[in-house]
Formats: sequence, structure tokens, C-alpha cells
Amino acid sequence: MTAAPGVDHRHASVPPWRDVRILRVVAQVAAVAAVAAALAWLGGNLVTAMSERGLAFGFGFLDNRAGFAIPDSPMPYEANDTYGQAYLVGLLNTLFVGVLGILLATVLGVVVGVARLSDNWLVKRVTGTYIEVMRNTPLLVQLFFLYFAVLLQLPPVADSIALPGSVYLSQRGLFLPAPQASPAFGPWVALVAMALALALLGRVTSARRKATGRRTPPWGRIGLAGALGAAVVGWFAFGAAPLTLQVPELGRFNFSGGMSMSTPFTAILIGLVIYTAAFIAEVVRGGIQSVRRGQVEAARALGLSEGDTLRLVVFPQALRIIVPPLTSQYLNLVKNSSLAIAVGYPDLFKVGVTMSNQTGQPVPVIVLIMGTYLAISLVTSLLMNAYNRRVQVLER
Amino acid sequence: MSIETMAPPSTAVTPLEWMRRNLFSSIASSLTTGLIGGLLIWLAVNVGGWAIGEARWEVVGNNLRLFLVGQYPATEAWRLWLNLAVLSVMTGLSAAVFGSTTRTLAVSTSALQLLLALLIVPSPLGTLIPPTTSLVLGLLGNAAGVWAAFVAGRLLGPPRRWLMIGWLLTIPLTFVLVSGFGPLPEVRSTLWGGLLLTVLLAAVGIVLSFPLGVLLALGRRSGLPAVRVLSTAYIEIIRGVPLVTILFMADIMLPLLLPGEFRIDRVARAMGGITLFSAAYVAENVRGGLQAIPMGQYEAAHALGLGSLATNLFVVLPQALRSVIPANVGLFISLLKDTTLVTIVGLLELLGIGRAILAQPQSLGAHLEVYVFIAAAFFVLCYAMSQASYRLERTMGLGSR
Repeated sequence: MTAAPGVDHRHASVPPWRDVRILRVVAQVAAVAAVAAALAWLGGNLVTAMSERGLAFGFGFLDNRAGFAIPDSPMPYEANDTYGQAYLVGLLNTLFVGVLGILLATVLGVVVGVARLSDNWLVKRVTGTYIEVMRNTPLLVQLFFLYFAVLLQLPPVADSIALPGSVYLSQRGLFLPAPQASPAFGPWVALVAMALALALLGRVTSARRKATGRRTPPWGRIGLAGALGAAVVGWFAFGAAPLTLQVPELGRFNFSGGMSMSTPFTAILIGLVIYTAAFIAEVVRGGIQSVRRGQVEAARALGLSEGDTLRLVVFPQALRIIVPPLTSQYLNLVKNSSLAIAVGYPDLFKVGVTMSNQTGQPVPVIVLIMGTYLAISLVTSLLMNAYNRRVQVLER
Repeated sequence: MSIETMAPPSTAVTPLEWMRRNLFSSIASSLTTGLIGGLLIWLAVNVGGWAIGEARWEVVGNNLRLFLVGQYPATEAWRLWLNLAVLSVMTGLSAAVFGSTTRTLAVSTSALQLLLALLIVPSPLGTLIPPTTSLVLGLLGNAAGVWAAFVAGRLLGPPRRWLMIGWLLTIPLTFVLVSGFGPLPEVRSTLWGGLLLTVLLAAVGIVLSFPLGVLLALGRRSGLPAVRVLSTAYIEIIRGVPLVTILFMADIMLPLLLPGEFRIDRVARAMGGITLFSAAYVAENVRGGLQAIPMGQYEAAHALGLGSLATNLFVVLPQALRSVIPANVGLFISLLKDTTLVTIVGLLELLGIGRAILAQPQSLGAHLEVYVFIAAAFFVLCYAMSQASYRLERTMGLGSR
């Protein structure tokens, strides 16, 4: 048997039920069909059940009057506004807690992670215990503990605990002094901004200096010094101080003036921060320990101080290890912020539950809320992946 | 030139020298030690004083039953004991039969069971035995069961396959014993509560989600684009949303998604939600294990003429699943903690029952006592298991094999 030229016998001889290319297509079509059939079955049940119960699918309700008040609102909102606006308030609250929580948890986590590796035995033990307790108890238990057993047991407003710096702590939350802008604020900001722009220009020229080797005046330093000078001079030059500190004053029933953090907000923020910081601390510790000991010894041999060794030698190398797990901790923090419902802080999930109960249309509300969380998660991981790529470039 | 023999330098450190090195090595270190030491003493005095003097621990003591099994009827409590006994025997046998690598896991699970025995106080004879006696009896009985089974396993050496079948049988057995079937009177899931429900939710979650997770992991690494996209989409969507939203969805949408004649109670809905949730995380763990299998294993299997199904079943999965045991123990720990979220959809697991107890007039204001107790229970369980999983990871010598 000789093969005729031009005829591919390999393919001709394989029957279709053994042809890998055909089998692949068949398997994929079967998988998609199975999933589609399952979804269709579930969807069919859903449509039947919803029509039986008189539920509708649609987002039209978002334009209806919400009719419920939201105590903590970052934007003007009242009960007469629409569900759409209530949703927006919830979203903003989630983002606010998420961003603030991520910042604070990172700071605390790095401090604890470094302290975990301290030479001091007591510091090592105390931070170790903190990490183990936080990691081995549920966040929800911690939140209930913090809210019901600690924050709500504080004295009433009239007997607030006065902390240094006009900070008052009571059942009703934390009251802080707030900076207040005076008419001189605008011009002062403009002045400082001009000097800062000069400093930014300095960065560009210094990049050029590095590229070309040509000497340029140190614009960056001149700009920074200018900004500092302008800030100081401007503070006095405009007659009135551009920023004044407004201190909270205890009135008849509550504090007025200054800034306030409600008890639910304080509970969810502190709870998320101290919980996530324990996980971040472990990530940081792992990252630092992954930097070879010789690097530290070499840095010390060069005469760098302990702080400089950490800042200039250890951290830049540890970051490569730290960033990916840190990303998942950030994602966890944002997702865990949905537990705000436990302490009554009106975040996305709590507003969603209220909306679902009031409109009697749980299905679109659930889709909306889950979709929003998914979008937040995606954006967070995109940002962190971009940062990760920047850090990884340092690798040699 | 002669070589003088010298004793090695002494490594023993006097307590004073130890303190100088570890607590007062520099001025900054000494200051920190003083500051933290002072704070710790202040805390110890205050917290200790509260715990001994003011705390109303009787709120916990009087409600121990509720904390442990919820409203599970006292007359049926013997079924839980029997279930624990079966688990102890299986654990002891497995520890004896499987090699030293699995022994750590066996020890850890038996530690978990010991703790359960310690905590599942309601005595088999209703209220005849006082709780403390019943507690000691349960603890000792369980320990005795584990060790008797261990010795028996050493002597008899039952085949591994029987043990695997035995473990698979314990799953339906647990269900039958806890919920009742046939001659056993039914205990409705609305009566399950406390630690019993917490552990059940986590165990059911991990057991049911395991096969689903393995399939998803294989799907995500499949060479077929459509399968890969579907698996990846499921995993990433589930991992991108909080568990509470999934529980909320399961609570409201599962009854709508299933045909009308299907009635599923709240506990089953929560189990469904937890299973769907943890499947995505199991899948990611398993994927890690799959990625650790060298290509040579696949190639060797293909060279032997195995198809892709046989390759996965007999070559890849046994190795991959073995290496993800520690990661899955970690997942079980976090699942155990996450079951507290079912409180938000109204179930009375350990935290939920704590809140219900706090609503009773006689325990009003005992927030600290109740939450400290719940946190301590979780801490003991999770810490023991995390230490076991850590040791397991080392004894299995992951990555060095």
C-alpha cells in the first residue's frame, strides 16, 4: 500500500468519533449546552415562581421614592429621594469605608509585621498574640464585641471621655476637631499649588538629567522650599489664617461643630482595620523574611542605619513578594465591609437589604448589589495588578 | 604544633543574660519593654479583676446547652454522642492504618472531636447527669474511644479501602443521626443550633463543595476554551462577591430557582450558599495542586497509553489532592469562621444563639461575657486546627517530594 501523492491518509483514516478535533468541538458544545440547559431550567423556574408571587424583574423601582432615612450619608440624602440615590449613598459608604480601611490597615499591618520581627522578645510575643487572636476568631464576632460590648458601653454624650486634642469619645461616636476654611484659604492654596507645580517640574528635569547627564538647576528642591516658604509666609500674609481648627462643643443634647464619626462607622472601620491588619502583618513578615539575610548584612556593612536598611534595601525587595497577597487582603477587606450590616452602618449591602424588603423585589436588588461588588473587586484587582507590574520591574 | 582540645562554648544563658539580650538590648528596646510591660500589667489587673470579680459567667454556664446544640431535644442528644463516638473510632483507626503523614491530620481531627465532646454537654440521659460530670465523661470517653480504636487498628490492620468506605459512610450516617430517619424521630433543622450547627455548616460546606471544586479546577485548566471560560467565570464571580450577598441570595433566590414542589428549609439554603461559595475557593486550592504536578507526569501517562480521563483520575489527581490537604484544612478553618455570617440571614449557630441569649431578660447587658466565650470557643478550635495544618505541611514535606 503506497500513499497516493496529495492525499492526506492520516486524516482520511481516522473515523470522526476518534478525531480529536471533532471530539473537542463536540465536548465543548456539550458543556455549553449542559450549562445553558441548567440555566434555562433555573430561569424557567424563576420566571414561574416570580409570576406566581407577583414579583417583577426590572430596575424601574430605582426611580421610586425610597422613603427611608439613612443616618450616615456622605451626600445630601433624605427619605424623599429615590431608591437610586439611596443605592448611591450605600455605594459611597462602602467605598469610603473600603478606601479608608485599606489605608489604615496597611499602615497598622506594616508596623505590626515589622514589630513581629523585632529583637525585643516582649514586642515579638505581644504582636504574635494579637495576630493569632485576630486570625483565629471570626470577624463578625469581633464586630459584635466591638460594637455592643465596647463602643455602646461608653458613657453617654453628656459625660463624654475627653481625649487630648479636643477629641471626645462617647456612645454616640467620636467627635474630632475639623479644619475650617476661612476666606483666605483660596489664595493660600493657589500660592502653595504654584510652588508645588514648580517642584513637579523639578522631577521632570531631574529625570532628564539622569538621562542625558547634563547638569540642571535643582528645580525640585527650589520648588519644595518655595512651597514650604509660601505656605508659611502665606499663612500670615493674608491677614486671617487660611485654616482654623473648629473644636466640637458640647451643646444641650449633642456636640456641634468639628467632625464626627458615628458609632456604627467607628465600629466597622476599627473592626475591619484591626482584623485585616493582622493578615497584612503576616504578609509583610513573610515578605521581609524572604529577603536574604546577606542583603541586610551588606546594608549594615555599608553603614546604613536600621531604618535606612529597612526602607532602602529590605522593603523594595520584599514588595515583590508582598503585593500579590496584599491585593487579596484588600479585596477581602472590601468584601468584608458588607458585614457593616451587623453594626447598622448603611453600606451597599445594608441599603440593598432595606431596598429589597421595601420594594418586595429582591431579585433585581440582589443582581444590582452583587454586580456592584463584583465591579469593585475587579477595579481593585486591576489597580493592584498595575501596581504589581510596576514593583516587579525592579526585579533584576 | 599541638592542637589543644577545647570544650565547645557554653550555650546556656543565665536568665539575667537572656533578659539583657531580649528585653534590654538597647535604650529604645528597654523603653519599649517598660512601656509594653506596664500596659500589660495594667491590662492584666483590669481584665483579670473583671473576669474574676464582676463578670457574670453564669450567663454562659446556664445557657451552655443552647450554646452547644441550640434547641436540639435533650432526649435525642444521645444521637450526637453516638455520632461523635463513630467519628472517634474512625479517627483512631485511620491514625493507626495510614502512615505518619496522615497521622497529624488524624490527631488534629480527633482534637477537634475532643473539643466537641467537651462542648457538647447535654447528657445522653437528659438532665439526670449534671453538666460537669457529663462533660468529663464525654471527654474521657472520646479520648478512650480514639485510643482504643488506634490500638485495634494497629493489631487488626484493616485494609485502607475499608476505611475510605467507612469515612464515606459516616457522611450519610451523620445526616441520619442528626436529623433522624426511619425509626429515629425527626429533629427538624430549625432546632439545630449553636456549635453543632456551626460545625455542620462548615463540614457540609467543605464535603459537598469538594467534588464541585475539583471539577471546576480541572475545567479551568482544560484545553477546551468553552469549558475553561465557564469554569473561570464561575470561580471569579464567586470570589468577587462577599459571602453575605451569596447567603442572602441563597436565602431568597434558591426557593425561586427550584421548582415549586421542592421545599428547602433555611438551614439547607444556607448550606447551599456556603457550598456554592466554597467550591470556588476549593477550586483555586486544587488548581494550585494541579499546577505543581510536573509535565513529565502527564507525558509519562500519555506514553503509557492512558487517555486524559484516566491520566487525571489515576496519575494527576491522587498527587494533586494529596498536596492540597493543608490548604484545604486552612479553607475549612476560614469556612468555620465564616459560618457566623448565617446569623445575618437569621440562623441560630454559635453566634446567632449568643445574640438570642443576650435578648433574654436575665442575661441583659452581658455582652462581654457572651462574646468573649464565643470568641474563645472559635479561637480554641481554629488555633488547634491551624497548628495541626502547619505541622502537617511540614511532615508532608510539600515541595521537597
